[in-house]
This record gives sequence, structure tokens and C-alpha cells, in this order.
Amino acid sequence: MKKVAITDIYGIFGKISENRKLYIPADDGASQARFLPYMEGMQLTEKLNTVRSAKDLFFPQVENLLKFKVSGKQIEMIDERAPVEPFVVFGVRACDCRSFDVLDNVFLHEEPADTFYKARRENGLIITLACNMPEETCFCTAFGIDPADPAGDITAWQAGDCYIFRGNTEKGKQLLEELELADVQADAVAPQQQHIRTIAEKLPFGKLDLTGFDKEHLMEKFNDPRWAQLSESCLGCGTCTFVCPTCQCYDIREFNNGREVQRFRCWDSCMYSDFTMMAHGTNRPTQKERFRQRFMHKLVYYPANNDGLYSCVGCGRCLQKCPVHTNIVKVVKTLGGESV
Amino acid sequence: MRETVKAKAIELLENGTVNRVMGWKTGEFFYDLTPAVFTSREEVEKDFVYSVFSAPNLSKYMIAESRKPGKIAVFLKPCDSYSFQQLLKEHRIWRDNVYVVGVACDGMCSMDVIREKGITGATAVTEDGDVLKLDTLYGEKTIAKKDALLERCVNCKSRKVVIFDEMLGENGEENPESDRFALVEKLEAMTSEERFEFWRGELSRCIRCNACRNVCPACSCEKCVFDNDKSGIAQKAAASDFEENNFHIIRAFHVASRCTDCGECSRVCPQNIPLHLLNRKFIRDINELYGEYQAGSDMDTKPPLMNFTFDDCEPSVVYERGSKA
Repeated sequence: MKKVAITDIYGIFGKISENRKLYIPADDGASQARFLPYMEGMQLTEKLNTVRSAKDLFFPQVENLLKFKVSGKQIEMIDERAPVEPFVVFGVRACDCRSFDVLDNVFLHEEPADTFYKARRENGLIITLACNMPEETCFCTAFGIDPADPAGDITAWQAGDCYIFRGNTEKGKQLLEELELADVQADAVAPQQQHIRTIAEKLPFGKLDLTGFDKEHLMEKFNDPRWAQLSESCLGCGTCTFVCPTCQCYDIREFNNGREVQRFRCWDSCMYSDFTMMAHGTNRPTQKERFRQRFMHKLVYYPANNDGLYSCVGCGRCLQKCPVHTNIVKVVKTLGGESV
Repeated sequence: MRETVKAKAIELLENGTVNRVMGWKTGEFFYDLTPAVFTSREEVEKDFVYSVFSAPNLSKYMIAESRKPGKIAVFLKPCDSYSFQQLLKEHRIWRDNVYVVGVACDGMCSMDVIREKGITGATAVTEDGDVLKLDTLYGEKTIAKKDALLERCVNCKSRKVVIFDEMLGENGEENPESDRFALVEKLEAMTSEERFEFWRGELSRCIRCNACRNVCPACSCEKCVFDNDKSGIAQKAAASDFEENNFHIIRAFHVASRCTDCGECSRVCPQNIPLHLLNRKFIRDINELYGEYQAGSDMDTKPPLMNFTFDDCEPSVVYERGSKA
């Protein structure tokens, strides 16, 4: 393990960003945090987490896929993507880091792999940061995530007057070598970890009971009459899906300017009325079906198809951001428990 | 007031005035209340909450609810009542099927504001006069209620419920002293370049979740053109970030003179974009060009931009005013 004094962290950022792009969570001028490209003078945020998750850096909201040019009877297809340069993201929380397991299953582990996402995953290096001050909306522990010991290529802790680093992957260890940091004993983070775990014990949803959200109870959950009441006040906006670190649905569209056609993809939301619209119309005619789809996907369909891995990581963004405060915790508490 | 509101909900259900009541349902915490329909004494007793966190404006839900069988009672705060009346004027709500209970309001608090003030991890609250006492994961914290208010309440335009079948608490007055145009004036004083940069910066954070549109009582189209695949302008993604910016400006145009300044757009924006400032700029201009006008304040007047009179300003005013900056 390596360490650096808190006051020297910006020097380290300077060094990392010398030959690659570095993103750090910083304040955005609207009292909120977001991942921004590091520049000298920039400060780390005091906020626990960013509004938009680290997912955005690997799976952007909009990206061009392909361009078509038509001349006479010829169609030319042009792949315009620029090569992805290596980049580093610092300050990814344990929950957001787990979201990459969820996304990798979708974009990498099913054939064919998504080459856009793949290029960013291969070139991106994730430095996680343990959560010294979890918030009441945090419930990563319910999904077996340890906020005191996040994964990633490198794990960082802010402990006392130091940042302590541990290289987890080859890529991570190599970067730590390059930074030439002072050594520190392996147990240096233990007191800080203990401190974090004590707080995590007190999280109100830290032990959220997920019994019954599995393949065996799929139809029972699907047919539960209480979806109507749960979705009653849902506005049908896309806030929960767009701040979610694991939502991965997108639409592919084309923009035709008369001379050429730009094919692009953009995030889509199952909360929207035109989501997965087909020639015959939509099979989710009301907000109830759309709402149900989102939570069934997170809590039942995805784990049923991915060895029990839930596609919620307990980051709590939807708890904080839903305009009418309907969220995944309320769904679990309503449909779980005695209904199992 | 909390108990009065609950008792009224039960009374209206039990004496047969209505078969449903819309109010705010308790959440997992004290601050995460959800708009909900209640149909029995038991449901109301268990879950109904009227508190300083009952911010969501329930008027828009009445478009759908008033078309359902039976009659529904809805609790409206002063600013919500302007939205309700404006919707009535637009023939969007079936008035006969709604029983309006006006509730006096001293301003609504927001957990986002409390978090901005540096208090995190709050799990419980007790109201002690003008102070909120919060139990947090990091010990007990206090914050003055006035420091936890939503912007729209800090600059409250009116404490008067403008339409009701019954009023709970003493009805308030309009507040002409409200400082709600202060920031608009500041923006007007900027050069056009500075103003352009200001809005480019603010709107650059938009993630196009459509929460502002979906919560807006003035945006009540059955299907928004931007959601309609056949409209030719369906816009899940914009061709450029400037197009994204335009969405908000055009939406402000569409609701101009019908927007009551209820402030829901800014309350729900996950990216803290001060969208209400666009609407307030329109309101200020309308006041100046067409005479003082408050959308939703009555049933008789026509919104200036949906009306024509010989006294209307000439369209050339756009060029004259534009050239000043």
C-alpha cells in the first residue's frame, strides 16, 4: 500500500493528468458534484457522490455510431469514431464501481461485445474512494457491497491526514508504481475501515430484505396488484433512469440531413411512453406497466439472468432525486416481506 | 394544521362528500412524501401527512383524477390553487368531480436545500417552532425553517388560496413585496453575451429527463410533440447541445402567460437548473407589455398571449427591446 499527504493529492492529480485525462468529482457551480476533467486549481467535492454516475464516462448519454453517405446507387458506411485515449477516474464510490459488473455483463459478456463500451473499459482506469460519510439514502450493503473496501483498479481511502492507495489490478499497480508514492503498512486503513463499517451498520436500509426478488417469484411479483398504487403518482420522467449507475437501455436513431445519415444512440428510459415502441404500438400502455418494468428488471429479470446479481447497487440517487419520492426502496418494502 | 388536514380528509370520506382524497403519503423518512390517493379512514390515519415537506403540487393530478368515477377531494396550498384554477380555465379539469380544500401554508422545506447547507444523513425530524431538529447519522443537527425553504417559498408571491370549496386555516394575502424578480433583473442588467453564457452554463447540465415538463401544470398535452415519434421532431437526443438549450426556451414560450410561477420545474430538476427564471422573465415582460397579470388568479381574464386587443403592444417591440441590450 502507498500513501500521500492530503495536501499533496493535487500534486498526484497533476502527475496523473500529465499524459492522460483524469476525471475527479468536483462541484459544478450548482451545489452539486459531477465528474469533471481535472485542471490545476480544481478542488475535490465535499459531497458524498456525483449526481451523474461514473457510468457516463464509459457509456455516454449520446454517441454517434455510424455515418451513411448516399451517391447514386452507392451507400458508403463511415465509422467515424476517434480512438479512445487512456483515462483515469478518481473518486468512484463502491456502489458505482459495482455498477460496472452489471454493465459489463450486458455490454461485454454477451456476444457480440459492444465495441464502443469495450474501448472505454479497456482504456479507463478506476480509482475508487471509500465512503467516510455515507448518507441515509445509501444501501449498498444490502447488495453485499462494502463501502469501506471498494473494488476498482486502485482503491483509495482518506484516513487521517493521508490518502492511502492499494493497487488491485495489473493496470492499477502499474500506475501506483509510476507515481512513486511512499510505502505504508497494509493495516494502515484498518481503523478507517472500522469507522466506516460502524456507520454503515446504522444505515436505515443497509439490511434491506430482498427475499423473494428472484426467478422463482417472477410471476408472483409481476402480477402483484400493488404496482398500481406504487406507480400512481409517477410522473413518467426519466430522472431515476438517467441518474442510475446501472440503467443501460438505449435507443438507436438516425438523423437525415438530406445528404448523409448520422446513426446515433442515446440513453432511453423505460419510464417513457415511446420506449421500445413497435409497429403494433406498445405493450406497456400505462405508467403502471412502465414503472413495473423498471423495478422488475432491476430486482427480478436481471438477477434471474445473471446468477443472482441485482442490477441495483444501492447508491441512493433515485431516493434523492425522484420528484415525487417513489423509489426502489419503497418498491422492495411494499412487495417484499410478508408477500413472499 | 397537520391534524386538521387529516381529520378533514377522514370527514370528507365518511360523510360521503367524496370517494377519494388526494394528499401526501408518508415516506421512509420524514421528507420523502409522495402524492397519493386515499380511499379509507384507515389509509388516511396510517399514511396521510401534511407537513413542511408536502411540497408537491397536486393540481395536475386532477386532470386524470377528475375523469374517474366519483368525486375526489384535493388539498391545495396557495400556489397550487393558482395552477388548479389555470387548468380549470383551460378546461382540463372536470370541476364537478373535485372538492377543493384550501390549506394555509407558511412555506415548504426541501431536503435538497438542507443538504446544500451541509447537513447529511438525516433520518428523522422534529419541528420545534421555527426550527427543524434533525437526527442524523452524525448526531443531532438543527436548522432554522427559513433556511430550509424552497426558493419559491423564500420569494413567496401569494399566501392566498384563490379557489376552494372549503378553507382550512386563515386564508392569506397576495405578497406584492415578494422579491421574486430580483434575479431576473440581475440577468436583464447583463450584456447579451453574459446572459448567453449564463444560460449556456446552466442549461449545459440538462440531462433531458423531462421532469420539468412532466411536473408542470401548464404542460398538460396528452402527448408532447417531443415524445411523438410521428411529429418529426421527437427528441430523445438533440443534434447539438444548443438544441437541448432551445427545448427549455421553447417550453417557456409555450407556457408563457399560463405559467403561474408555481416553481415545480426548479424543485424537481435533478441538476438544479433555475428553470423558473425563464418563466419569471416572461412574466415580468408580460407585466410590462400587457399590464400586470397573474395566471390562475381568477376565472375571467384571458391570458394576454392567448388574447388579442387593440391595446396590445406591436410585435416590433421585440426588435426595440432586443436592440437595447
